[in-house]
Amino acid sequence: MKYMLLMYGDESIQPQTPEEQQAHTQENWFALMEEMKAAGVLVTQNGLSPVATATTVRVREGKALITDGPFAETHEQLGGFFLLNCKDLDEALRWAAKIPSATLGSIEVRPLWSPDA
Amino acid sequence: MSATTPIEKTFREEHGRVLAALIGHLGDFELAEDALQDALVNALERWQMDGVPRNPGAWLLTVAKRRAIDRLRRSATLERNALPLDPEIIPAPQEEPDMDDSIPDERLKLMFTCCHPALALEAQVALTLHTLGGLSTPEVARAFLVSEPTMAQRLARARKKIRDAGIPYRVPPADLLPERLDALLAVIYLIFNEGYAASSGDTLTRQELCGEAIRLGRVLLHLLPQSAEARGLLALMLLHDSRREARLNEAGELVLLNEQDRSRWDKAKIEEGIAILDEALALYNPGPYQVQAAISALHAEARTGDATDWHQIAALYDSLARMTPSVVVEVNRAVAIAMARGAQEGLQLLLHFESQADGYYPYHAARADLLRRTNQRDAAADAYERALTLCGNSAERAYLQRRLDEMLKDTI
Repeated sequence: MKYMLLMYGDESIQPQTPEEQQAHTQENWFALMEEMKAAGVLVTQNGLSPVATATTVRVREGKALITDGPFAETHEQLGGFFLLNCKDLDEALRWAAKIPSATLGSIEVRPLWSPDA
Repeated sequence: MSATTPIEKTFREEHGRVLAALIGHLGDFELAEDALQDALVNALERWQMDGVPRNPGAWLLTVAKRRAIDRLRRSATLERNALPLDPEIIPAPQEEPDMDDSIPDERLKLMFTCCHPALALEAQVALTLHTLGGLSTPEVARAFLVSEPTMAQRLARARKKIRDAGIPYRVPPADLLPERLDALLAVIYLIFNEGYAASSGDTLTRQELCGEAIRLGRVLLHLLPQSAEARGLLALMLLHDSRREARLNEAGELVLLNEQDRSRWDKAKIEEGIAILDEALALYNPGPYQVQAAISALHAEARTGDATDWHQIAALYDSLARMTPSVVVEVNRAVAIAMARGAQEGLQLLLHFESQADGYYPYHAARADLLRRTNQRDAAADAYERALTLCGNSAERAYLQRRLDEMLKDTI
């Protein structure tokens, strides 16, 4: 099953304590990606530019309405994602708990929509 | 929700085991539940005429497997625009199913799936009662005082999430087992408490929730004999349940442990509870349920309220507070210390976490009782009043009101 791991967090909050900083080093992100690749679960992953770059489009009565900003102003913003191929939810949750930003923000785990669901 | 006829009783007893095996066989929660429903309808017709078969579980499983195939074929047929069914594959209704005596016991998988942390707690509880307890949707709805459509929706959502989110049907691997087992025990204890200390609801339904929780506790113990905490939980529930009759007086008012008529305690349950607790302790793997059961056992063993070993109970609350620190434990610990070493010391302890406990009525009730015992009537009356504004349970409210009236009368 394919699972999208959506990484949410408050963009304005940076790692504070030494433990948090330690968890957020580049090496840790790379190590996690290598681990996912080695386990054969990684389909793709990426980070998003800050929410200040977001533009929202809505089509109403045939007209595209374009507004600045995300679709909703929330406390935590979507900052990136992993798309993984996992055996079941438990496996996806295990990977989610390994994501460095899970220590500051939260990871939403959602299965991709499938036509028989 | 009482199962009265022998057939209903059999349904209730076999439901969890048959459903668990069926889900394992079909790999589809929803289909398994639907097929089992079909089989139960068949069984009701057949058994009323022929009597309950020798192995009702195997009967139900065999018939349910066929009904599942019927359902799969029907939906496949509908999709192919109603091709006629091959008569060969529809079993004759009178046919005696093959008797496979050994149903694999997969209830542990079912328990862990129903109590998966990805499901909302209320859904975990409802699903556990429905699938393992064999309670119908209306029965579960009544037990939790929600409408039938609400409960049906809650159950349907949970089933859908199990399938669509890929919640696995298995006993969790060793590294996940401890936390998942904690969740499972918590659900069983929650069912018990819903029955024992319910804030509302009729007595009969409540009593059966306790009975159902104890039954689930027994099943779990049978499936996980090495778990000391599963034993501890079953012991705790039996010991609590032994006092059910003495907990309320004729007026439906709560009677405190110290004032209960101990001759009305259920001695068989106490003996069983203590025996199971001893087995748990012999596994040398202590945990909060065992500690709570040990506290309950000390109460059960005391011939009179005054003979209670409060020093030992206070020491057990110390360990419990270290294992699972919470305001609830601290209030009980303070009461035990008050009983062991004097009300004043208990009151001092309560003061320490006044701010955290302000919205928790047992805190105010405990404080009020200790103030009453140290003759501080005005303060006691205030505390009883505060407890009354926070408490929703009618039996406990009756007790608090009586105490408040006493305090007010005495001060005039």
